[in-house]
Amino acid sequence: MHNETTTLRQEIFSLKHVDKGYHKGGEDDIQVLDDVNLTLHEGEIVGLLGRSGSGKSTLLRIIAGLIQASSGEVNYCGQPLTGPAEGVAMVFQTFALFPWLTVLQNVEAGLEALGVEPKERRRRALAAIDLIGLDGFENAYPRELSGGMRQRVGFARGLVVNPTLLLMDEPFSALDVLTAETLRTDLLDLWNQKQLPIKSVLIVTHNIEEAVFMCDRIMVLSSNPGRVVAEIKVPFAHPRNRLDPAFRKMVDDIYALMTQRRSADTLHKVQLEIGSPLTEVSTNLMAGLMEALAAAPYNGRADLPEIGSKLLLEVDDLFPVAETLEHLGFVELRDGDIELTAAGKLFADYGTQERKVLFAEHLLRHIPLAARIRRVLQERPGQRAPRLRFEQELEDSLSDGAAEETLDTVISWGRYAEIFSYNDHSETFSLEDMEGGQ
Amino acid sequence: MTSVIRPFIPATAKRLLPNRWDLIAFPLILGFLLFATTGIQGTWAPISALQTEPISLDAANLPEYALRTTLRMLAAMFASIVFTLIYGTLAAKSRRAGQLLVPILDILQSVPVLGYISFTVTFFLALFPGRVLGAEFAAIFAIFTSQAWNMTFSFYQSLRTVPNDLKEVSQNLRLSGWQKFWKLEVPFSMPGMIWNMMMSMSGGWFFVVASEAITVGDKTVTLPGVGSYLAMAIAQKNLTAVGWVILTMTVVIIIYDQFLFRPLVAWADKFRLEDTMSQAAPESWVLNLIQRTRVIQQILRPFGKLLKKLARLRLNISLPRAIHTESHSGVSRGLDIVWGAFITLLVGYVCWRLYSFISSEVGLGETFKVVGLGFITLIRVTLLIALASVIWVPLGVLIGLRPRLAEMIQPIAQFLAAFPANLLFPVFVVFIVHFKLNPDIWLSPLIVLGTQWYILFNVVAGASAFPNDFREAATNFHIKGWQWWRQVMLPGIFPYYITGAITASGGAWNASIVSEMVSWGDDKLAAHGLGAYIAQMTAAGDFPKILLGICVMSLFVVLFNRLLWRPLYAIAENKLRLN
Repeated sequence: MHNETTTLRQEIFSLKHVDKGYHKGGEDDIQVLDDVNLTLHEGEIVGLLGRSGSGKSTLLRIIAGLIQASSGEVNYCGQPLTGPAEGVAMVFQTFALFPWLTVLQNVEAGLEALGVEPKERRRRALAAIDLIGLDGFENAYPRELSGGMRQRVGFARGLVVNPTLLLMDEPFSALDVLTAETLRTDLLDLWNQKQLPIKSVLIVTHNIEEAVFMCDRIMVLSSNPGRVVAEIKVPFAHPRNRLDPAFRKMVDDIYALMTQRRSADTLHKVQLEIGSPLTEVSTNLMAGLMEALAAAPYNGRADLPEIGSKLLLEVDDLFPVAETLEHLGFVELRDGDIELTAAGKLFADYGTQERKVLFAEHLLRHIPLAARIRRVLQERPGQRAPRLRFEQELEDSLSDGAAEETLDTVISWGRYAEIFSYNDHSETFSLEDMEGGQ
Repeated sequence: MTSVIRPFIPATAKRLLPNRWDLIAFPLILGFLLFATTGIQGTWAPISALQTEPISLDAANLPEYALRTTLRMLAAMFASIVFTLIYGTLAAKSRRAGQLLVPILDILQSVPVLGYISFTVTFFLALFPGRVLGAEFAAIFAIFTSQAWNMTFSFYQSLRTVPNDLKEVSQNLRLSGWQKFWKLEVPFSMPGMIWNMMMSMSGGWFFVVASEAITVGDKTVTLPGVGSYLAMAIAQKNLTAVGWVILTMTVVIIIYDQFLFRPLVAWADKFRLEDTMSQAAPESWVLNLIQRTRVIQQILRPFGKLLKKLARLRLNISLPRAIHTESHSGVSRGLDIVWGAFITLLVGYVCWRLYSFISSEVGLGETFKVVGLGFITLIRVTLLIALASVIWVPLGVLIGLRPRLAEMIQPIAQFLAAFPANLLFPVFVVFIVHFKLNPDIWLSPLIVLGTQWYILFNVVAGASAFPNDFREAATNFHIKGWQWWRQVMLPGIFPYYITGAITASGGAWNASIVSEMVSWGDDKLAAHGLGAYIAQMTAAGDFPKILLGICVMSLFVVLFNRLLWRPLYAIAENKLRLN
């Protein structure tokens, strides 16, 4: 109902050609956001959808004035943004309620900062608490509340300052499924009944269904660096029905978009290099997904959103494992579907030892870093090498954190495959004492 | 010194205790001191003055002195570990022993360490008449008393909180008591114990310096060491020698830290349970070196094997009436009554002896005077801790919020906390003497000279650990200025601050004995206060009055802890906990 007139409505926020990079020891910047354009209008809920590493939280913090863009234009109500603006309130994934303040004090804190008189402060805080369904809990401390109740306090704290724009950073992802749904519908009801003082909402999420359920417009971000790769209008009226075929179709399309995207950049499958970042995915999860795919009803091929919801895997869990398996040559991803390769089918059939052998073979063939470590160890006389040697090599192309994660990942895969052993205390790789020990 | 050590909540602060047991422990300890000294005085006195090598102010001797001082520290640490393992186990495993041992421990750590010295010097000298060994033991014992209690508490605490599933596993694996002790209980308590060992060590340097050169009445003990060197430098008004000793100590502490403690902390990290592994793991280049060098590994291996073998023995030490049975049989209940009656009688007897001793030797007037002096020292300690807090809390927050700066400052603050502040006293005293300043005011800062750093580094740690989301929320809602301190930062660092302040205040009481009365050559400066009183009576060798002084000071410390720190700590634990 809001979206039809979007273009006519007043512009609240606009970002033009925004880049964000972090300096790293004189070398090239680590690029987090690349040429992002985004406009927020009055009366709409906009979703920023992306996987981890897409810089969506960074983007949100740029809008909140908490961090500065490296370059580009950020305008709020027509004025360039300098620092945290009045009229922009934020709701946090971790709630970020001060544990030493009661619900009422937490809600009042923002008003106090604005210099509102104590009486007026109390009145407005109580009104916000009532609105959000927290009456009776005014004097409770956050630790006495359940997660859902805490996030309601987070909303009340955000709403009480009458913000123009409400920013939400994965507000429901720390909650269980049922609680999250209740909060979503409550919030949408208030929004649609125009009971909220806010003019626009920007919500960051990695949950595709959530984005389609709540937003009028969805900006899909790619990862490493974050770029807006698609802008999708959601035309459905509220309340939305998740089982509606049109709803399902849109969810499927976004899934396909988010898996396709990666390959569209280079036309064919991305080839890994030694310095490519690896995401920590446990070998158990890989085996589990392959087994599930091999079994009925999928028999080797499945729709990604379907198997994701069946296995209770969110996008941030499902995509990394699916892509890792693709890199390893165990599955192929196409049009939002996932299909086992011949090797993948073999793996699913094999017993523990055979699996390890097959995995080792694929690891050495498809993950250049694993092959490199193995080769270095074989060449060295003592068949040992310090972690630092590889970490420094990785840090040429990756941020410190990513280099560490990549190395930890290859260590855990290598240990499973038994292609080398690693001692965490001395931080050395070796081909000796593969049976482990202290 | 790059890695930042994570603060551990000191065992001192977080235990839960039945308060009434203090009524028992308090007189028992003082009674023990009384009996030990009066008994020995009666039978062994007079003891001729100890013959020891004279101390030379030649700086070339300092390395040797430093070595002997360090050896004393090590010996005391070894004694503390043995004591900890035995005492902690007894207190945790035997219900009846625990009823008595835990409160005794609690009081023991409130008794000013330097108060013990005057007694123990006499005691140990008497044990080994005419030998240096006695004096060595006395010094080591003094360091031991400054180290053992909080380690023991930490160990006791860990034994009580071993997760149930791990206990069940060791039962399921049919480990004997001895095996379980080494496989589960000791490893589990390791991180806390090592953290407390570090804290102990910091305090230990202070006391080793104070206990090497001490005069009790007509007996003067000067053990070759850094402390005696300092005493000689003071007596001869040699400021250059003071400079040398400060330099030596700096080097010693850095070496000690790099070669002993940092490797230990880094090594003990593997005993951490998984859920506490959030922050960066402590690093030690020495440990890395040892672990990566094969030669050292080979040399160490036989020792490791021996220890492992020892731990694998199926020794079954059954502790008397271990607490694994919940149901009380009639016999057991009977024993409880007998045990209770025995303790009550014992306490009654000791109280009576204590009372009659003090009343016959000292008199009520003196007691009132000493309590008055106690209040003066109380005011001094309170004011200076407050002053140190006002200075270091804001600075600590500002430092802690800047990770780079915090990483640089933190090791320095920890070093300063470990540095024995009494080495710096002469510098201040020279200043006070020169300008003829009022000792009651100008000696006061010496009380917190060494211990204020605990406040700083705990606050820095607290501010560094302050969740980023909270900071962002504060910024987003435009919370600034005084509101920011009041509602955001101060409550956030409060638990850390309290941890630091408790340590600082405990240290300040101890320091009062050496800092309220100081000298420079023939110039003697004394402030009014209980510390000065104890110091003067020690110098005069007046045992009843020393005992009275220690009694009153212990009482003040216990009350101070009970009435101020513990309630504050409870608030910090319950209300201001993050998450």
